[in-house]
Amino acid sequence: MPKLTVDGIEVEVEAGATVLQACEEAGKEIPRFCYHERLSIAGNCRMCLVEMERAPKPVASCAMPAADGMVIKTDSDLVKKARNGVMEFLLINHPLDCPICDQGGECDLQDQAMAYGFDSSRYTEKKRAVKDKELGPIVKTIMTRCIHCTRCVRFSEEVAGVGTMGAVYRGEDTEVGPYIEASINSELSGNLIDLCPVGALTSKPYAFTARPWELKKTDSVDVMDAVGSNIRIDTRGSEVLRVLPRLNEDVNEEWISDKTRYAIDGLKRQRLDRPYVRVNGKLVPASWDEAFAAIKAKVAGLDGKKIAALAGDTVDCESMTALKDLMGKLGSSNLDCRQDGSKIGGPRSSYIFNSTIAGIEEADACLIVGANVRAEAPIINSRLRKRWRMTAGDFRLALIGENWDPTFKHDYLGAGPETLTEILEGKNDFAKVLEAASNPMIILGMGALNREDGEAVLATARAIADKYGMVTGEWNGFNVLHTAAARVGGLDLGFVPGEGGLSTTEILDGAAKGDVEVVYLLGADELDTSKLSKAFVVYQGCLGDAGAQVADVVLPGAAYTEKNGTYVNTEGRVQYGWRAVFPVGDAREDWKIVRALSASLGLTLPYDNIEAVRTRMVEINDVFGSVNVPRKAAWGDFGKAGVMKSEGFASPVRNFYMTDPISRASVTMAKCTEAFVKDAAAGKVA
Amino acid sequence: MSHLRRPAPRELQPTSFAFTPENMDRAKKIIAKYPQGRQQSATMPLLDLAQRQTEGNWVPTVAMDYIADMLDMPAIRVYEVATFYTMYNLAPVGQNFIQVCTTTPCWLRGSSDIVKMCKDELGIGIGETTADGKFTLIEVECLGACVNAPMMQINDDYYEDLTGESTRNILDTLKRGDKPKAGPQSGRRGCEPIDGPKVLKAFCGCGAADQPAEPKDGEA
Repeated sequence: MPKLTVDGIEVEVEAGATVLQACEEAGKEIPRFCYHERLSIAGNCRMCLVEMERAPKPVASCAMPAADGMVIKTDSDLVKKARNGVMEFLLINHPLDCPICDQGGECDLQDQAMAYGFDSSRYTEKKRAVKDKELGPIVKTIMTRCIHCTRCVRFSEEVAGVGTMGAVYRGEDTEVGPYIEASINSELSGNLIDLCPVGALTSKPYAFTARPWELKKTDSVDVMDAVGSNIRIDTRGSEVLRVLPRLNEDVNEEWISDKTRYAIDGLKRQRLDRPYVRVNGKLVPASWDEAFAAIKAKVAGLDGKKIAALAGDTVDCESMTALKDLMGKLGSSNLDCRQDGSKIGGPRSSYIFNSTIAGIEEADACLIVGANVRAEAPIINSRLRKRWRMTAGDFRLALIGENWDPTFKHDYLGAGPETLTEILEGKNDFAKVLEAASNPMIILGMGALNREDGEAVLATARAIADKYGMVTGEWNGFNVLHTAAARVGGLDLGFVPGEGGLSTTEILDGAAKGDVEVVYLLGADELDTSKLSKAFVVYQGCLGDAGAQVADVVLPGAAYTEKNGTYVNTEGRVQYGWRAVFPVGDAREDWKIVRALSASLGLTLPYDNIEAVRTRMVEINDVFGSVNVPRKAAWGDFGKAGVMKSEGFASPVRNFYMTDPISRASVTMAKCTEAFVKDAAAGKVA
Repeated sequence: MSHLRRPAPRELQPTSFAFTPENMDRAKKIIAKYPQGRQQSATMPLLDLAQRQTEGNWVPTVAMDYIADMLDMPAIRVYEVATFYTMYNLAPVGQNFIQVCTTTPCWLRGSSDIVKMCKDELGIGIGETTADGKFTLIEVECLGACVNAPMMQINDDYYEDLTGESTRNILDTLKRGDKPKAGPQSGRRGCEPIDGPKVLKAFCGCGAADQPAEPKDGEA
């Protein structure tokens, strides 16, 4: 480990570290534009120059490997002068349009010009102008502002895996962007906006909306997929203006998907802002009391067996807890949180992503069954890609199901269960890869489990995990990838049919036949609602989507940005989301609605504040006691051997940009669908 | 920036590209020169091959895509190379692609006259192509032949020690469809001093008496 001196402070850094990292270790701030921890080193902006003893001229600290005995100065006159020079060169062509630039206030160039810039320019020549590039509905470009740091080029090549961006032409004519007009066809393209140190790449939907200092920042958790990306919600007044990633090395690093970032404009449209009751076939506005009275009139005295509840994909654990308890009091065990009818819910290790997302970086072979990870969880796909790059291509990935593009080299084995059986019997070439791997993993998607033979598939996958040593004391490579943010939480809470209770399909069939008379939809929209026409439907949620259309009583709930809530991601990581704004109109936090309803039904639930609900959650399942840390789940017995059908596995996500009521209501997501989803033109989008 | 350094408009871009069988053999030989896993290094020679094959002496975008495909790399990486190096033409040029050096040494030796002669003789300006498609004229930076300044390059050949007169002769010969003699136009053989060689005279056949024509035994 090299030891070096930075401004008289001795530091020891890991072998392979750069001088810049050593300087940071010593607590010295080094200005930079091109250097980024998660991207390869370019060394082209020259802003990080430092003085090194016995070197004839200043060195770029980001590209200089730290070596034993180096003496570095970061605050000498030479360094200051060198950086001033670099800054002056950068500003020769940079426009002085900060007042109309969206990056203003959070611009690296602006900030660093405060420290290294000069108050006026020595250049009188014309500044260069560069034509803007059309990069699609998300990234807005003002390329005249570009300083050629190439962060966006490296991000799209290395992290996103799409070769769209490049630095073309040369010298003063250099332009960053695609040579031929092309949109950035990546689910992670919004991150380019965060990476750009100047205002060249800014957010198109957020253009000219607000200045960073006007915003209130709330740390929260995303619910658009089951990754549980850590986000920061920026609000002004009662409006959610943007979502940015929050650093969490174990989950999303510092990236988020475009849906996470941009679906929020769906929260401004089709909102349920007051209760509604169906009168003579039409939903009419009502007060909370009237809505509750309507439910009471129907439910009172009804046999619990005729009542059922379904929880949706984005609901928080608190409201599921309250609804589960209320259903218990009503004498019903017909509950289900698996809208898609997936056959999961055994021991915890059978339904979570056991190896954890960060654990992907230890795997050396991965078999994906029935999941299109790129569409279902782009952040996890970027981890897989990261692992592939880390191992210089030795990480082997194989797909069973659809042949989607993980953005790197992979083997496509087959479409359906036959191939899975081949793997189990060792007849497939990839079986040898799994055998040789020291940390093999399998990712089982909902496309493999939401079928009738889901349990048999689960059993086969488990047998594969056992056979190829995927589960050892240290390593658990058996992973289930969920598509719904609420699913693992629901399973942890036991929001599944109790003794003699009905599952989702049975509830829907029962409702169609008239056996189930009352169906309570807690944010559940991804159902065949035509089967609910006979039943009395209570819909509680934030958006007027499929569920509210068939409802007899609509209870306006809060969106994920409007409530404190607990979510469990696909790894089984319990995370808290925090309220950024208040619910719209008469809407209320969801668990409070259920609590109020219970009081009006005369079955008052025993909690009056969120802490009490959370205590109750820990009582149901103590995993809710360990927040932010995924708990290792004991390997258990699960799955039921059986005959698997021959049809291929199909991912439930047909269009990444629209998977839930919020993203379906979003204008930006609609534009992305139009631009990027091929089937959209043919009208095939689900 | 010259229009040759910008992609040709869509209507000029061909819709497909493939190496001829002979060029394919060449391409395979070129690729085989590089170690396994480093085939992308063949980008530059392949671009050159594509430019030579294409009518109009340029690299269409489809050819770049074709090469990217061949070397299994993103197309943008090939675009970056092709747009960086000025020897790749991004738009079609005339049959005789005239590059006149106007960097300081050539300029001091009268390159302005050469440029003017070209313009007058061909009736075109810098960066333009004659109506018959025979000539394209551009100015370039140093081509590394300063000792024979002023000079110009036409396709693969250097024409050096130019004067207005010799430039006109060269252009006239080209107009007739003949190929002028490449190299210095002043009577010099190479880059020896203008008043004749000072050393190694025997080797250049200048018949100097102070050196033996044949090296004696033991010398070399």
